[in-house]
Amino acid sequence: MTQTLLPQTATKTGLDGSKPPWRFRMRPLHRGSNIELLIGGVIFGAMVLAAVFAPLLTPHDPTAQDLANALSGPTAAHPLGTDNLGRDTWSRLLFGARSDLGIAVLAVLFPFVLGTVVGALCGYFGGWFDTLTMRIADVVSAFPFFVLVITLVFVFGNGPMSIFLAISIVSWVSYARIVRAETLVVRGRDFIQSCETGGLGNARIVVRHVLPNTMTQAIVFAMSDVVANIGVIVTLSYFGLGIVPPTPDWGQMISDGQQFLASGIYALVLIPGAAVILASLSLTFLGDGIANALRAKR
Amino acid sequence: MTRFLVRRLSLLALVVWGVVTATFVLVHATPGDPARATLGDKASESAVQALRAEWGLDQPLGAQYWHFLTDLVSGNLGTSFQYRSPIASLLAERLPTTLLLMLMAVTFAVVISLPLATWVAVRGRGGADIGVRIFGAVAQGTPTFLIGTLLVIVFGLNLHWFPVGGYGRTSAEHLHSLVLPAITIALGIVPMLVNSLRASLTDALQSDFVAFGHSKGLKPATVLAAYAIRNGSISGVTILGIQAGVLAGGALVVEKVFAIPGMGSLMLAGILGRDFPVVQATTLVFAGIVVVVYLVTDLSYALLDPRARLA
Repeated sequence: MTQTLLPQTATKTGLDGSKPPWRFRMRPLHRGSNIELLIGGVIFGAMVLAAVFAPLLTPHDPTAQDLANALSGPTAAHPLGTDNLGRDTWSRLLFGARSDLGIAVLAVLFPFVLGTVVGALCGYFGGWFDTLTMRIADVVSAFPFFVLVITLVFVFGNGPMSIFLAISIVSWVSYARIVRAETLVVRGRDFIQSCETGGLGNARIVVRHVLPNTMTQAIVFAMSDVVANIGVIVTLSYFGLGIVPPTPDWGQMISDGQQFLASGIYALVLIPGAAVILASLSLTFLGDGIANALRAKR
Repeated sequence: MTRFLVRRLSLLALVVWGVVTATFVLVHATPGDPARATLGDKASESAVQALRAEWGLDQPLGAQYWHFLTDLVSGNLGTSFQYRSPIASLLAERLPTTLLLMLMAVTFAVVISLPLATWVAVRGRGGADIGVRIFGAVAQGTPTFLIGTLLVIVFGLNLHWFPVGGYGRTSAEHLHSLVLPAITIALGIVPMLVNSLRASLTDALQSDFVAFGHSKGLKPATVLAAYAIRNGSISGVTILGIQAGVLAGGALVVEKVFAIPGMGSLMLAGILGRDFPVVQATTLVFAGIVVVVYLVTDLSYALLDPRARLA
């Protein structure tokens, strides 16, 4: 299933060519065939820019309360209205993107690196290290993702640091499994065997020849992992276990807005809800687009 | 088949031991004192010591682990700090609700996925395919609690078809109030299920045995139902099994959103009330459910497809 996605250039570069055997290259956008990449990239890019330049896009402090203007609809001063404490919804949305998207993207890095390295080592060397690691992976996957993350956050306490830690402990498993499976395929290929007969060291083979040929799938998976992380972060905050108020966050906004649903005020839930869905959707498109681009290289 | 069973069961025993140990390590060997965390900073040192003694935290770690294992084997899951009652009896009240919720979620997932996948597989690429893919991406990218909240707004607050929360008193009310929560969980699994069913149905539709069915002069609908769907749905069983964790995690989330008195809401109450024994027990039972579903999936797959027994 995965072999087809591997770039075929490694054999052409010889045993230890100066050029890296694998390069991350996108298909040109102007051909117009990779519509997912275009849509996902533009929308997610715009959201990231809005988060980065949040202070320039709104005059209001996202935590400043103005009880006289609580629960107001859209006005010139507050284009998306205000919440029950009179805080500007647009500002909270922008600054919420900072915390949610920032943590979601950063939380992918550590599991990605750890899982990829462990997976490559397991697949390449096999033996007791592989057996032990895969049994640990079995145990981690026996816990429902959410149950384990929530338990870990409970043990470590609220806040971004423990969200990072919880996601890392759970997520490395997927990367390790993906890269291990890819490595098992690559390991039997001619170019790795010629590396071995050529007398290259194990470390060099793994870093220069195995990893570059097995990371593609992990990169594609990382995109969907960011989507999953956004889900985890907003859900934790919705439960009151994630980002600590008053730091703005979309999950907290939805949770706060929920008490006004019965009074017919839906905007406080729908606006941050739409932001969550738009972020996830654009990332999914971006991930599909990257997968298409990598497949097209075949 | 016996060899297959023995191999699967021994691996399962290993995983169960790992799960139990990991849960123990999480609660007992992490920094901080559970007794102090439960009672808060203002509690007196003697009260904290008393709770430590009650939970056995004053013993060496090895002894704690041994007691944890022996208690578990005898069905003693400890006493809830908040509820002041044995956790086993709390679970006995709440586990059936969660299991019913998960069962309904699976049913809805199949009822939604099978027609969608069949429709797309028969139609091939085109509008139907794009529509289902976008629906899948939206459903996959929307956190469970948000799907639940949106369903509440539409079907609870506006259409008044279903209650916005609670569990009711009679059996009929129970089922009625579990419909929206179950659909919420189901929508989280539907995208993956549709993808897998569509792929295997597309394969089946192009296979020789379907062509044979057509050449026998059977009606297209009969060929579809008796040949293609029947063969194509084996992969669906596996996908449903793999999604057991999503199901259980979904139950945890929707029970909070819809205020259903199941195991998920017990766990969250335990977490917010820093009730360590409850968190430990519910984590363990949730993992137990997943492990059992994995085993059942393996076994049913082996029964459906003899080749799997040899793998």
